[in-house]
Amino acid sequence: MNWLRRFGRFWWDFVIGDDWLVAACVAIAIGATAALAAADIAAWWVLPLAVPLVLWLSLRRAIRSA
Amino acid sequence: MSTGDAFLVLSAFLASGVEFVEALTIVLAAGLARGWRSALAGLGAATVVLAVIVAALGPALTKIPIDALRLVVGALLLVFGLQWLRKAILRASGYKALHDEDAIFARELAEAEGAAHVERAGVDWYGFTLAFKGVLLEGLEVVFIVLTFGSAQGSIPLAAAGAAAALVLVAGVGVAVRAPLARVPENATKFAVGVMLTTFGIFWSVEGAGADWPGGDAALLGVLGFVVLFSFLFVRLLRRERRTQLRTAEAQA
Repeated sequence: MNWLRRFGRFWWDFVIGDDWLVAACVAIAIGATAALAAADIAAWWVLPLAVPLVLWLSLRRAIRSA
Repeated sequence: MSTGDAFLVLSAFLASGVEFVEALTIVLAAGLARGWRSALAGLGAATVVLAVIVAALGPALTKIPIDALRLVVGALLLVFGLQWLRKAILRASGYKALHDEDAIFARELAEAEGAAHVERAGVDWYGFTLAFKGVLLEGLEVVFIVLTFGSAQGSIPLAAAGAAAALVLVAGVGVAVRAPLARVPENATKFAVGVMLTTFGIFWSVEGAGADWPGGDAALLGVLGFVVLFSFLFVRLLRRERRTQLRTAEAQA
């Protein structure tokens, strides 16, 4: 169990990293892109809009917690 | 070679180069403090494990439909790239200490010299595990980047060529100087890698989600320019804020 937990922790740190909010927001933005694309609405702009906002939020969180 | 292919080789070269520089520092510390036999055994064992991972995952990735692959790879690269970019922006704006290969080497060396000597199968166990873990962890990032970039762009060999060129360069210089490569502009390189991972992540996530870019593949350049622009803007804003904070703290002291 301990080994399994360490294994899970390693992959969480490797992929998600220091701020889970980034991964969550990226997943939501990609989901919104897919939903708009499925409805035949231009969706290329969603991620370029979301990414700087998410990065800025994450930077502010990192500075606050430092 | 298309723009996408050129970016692919350059991204794999830069990202792998940074990881190889970090792995070299750890292997050097293990070799100098605990003996080259155990350090090289650790390096060799980690290389074998990484080769097995590549052999298992590489062919499997090429079987996945390209849109599904780009969606998953794009999302992973975007999360990964934003982690790199966040750290690079915090370093560039003064909120986080710059990555110092000399300081890391000195710390690893001191820890390795102070550890107890335990010999297993003819090698010093501490030196072996230090080199093994260092190379495996840094190598996993290289494997991740080469496989994801390569498979999503449709050419794992091109990405592998970029990584191999970085390996030859870093290993060659490392063997020649036998010291950590402190003169490599690692902080600037990490910033560039963060920008590239984020750019590819945005581009492939949008395509994988079923949307089309205006201008097709040429939009990659536009995305790159946009990511560079907001990254530098954030550095500028945070640097100004940091300077104001330091001035206020000085005035109060």
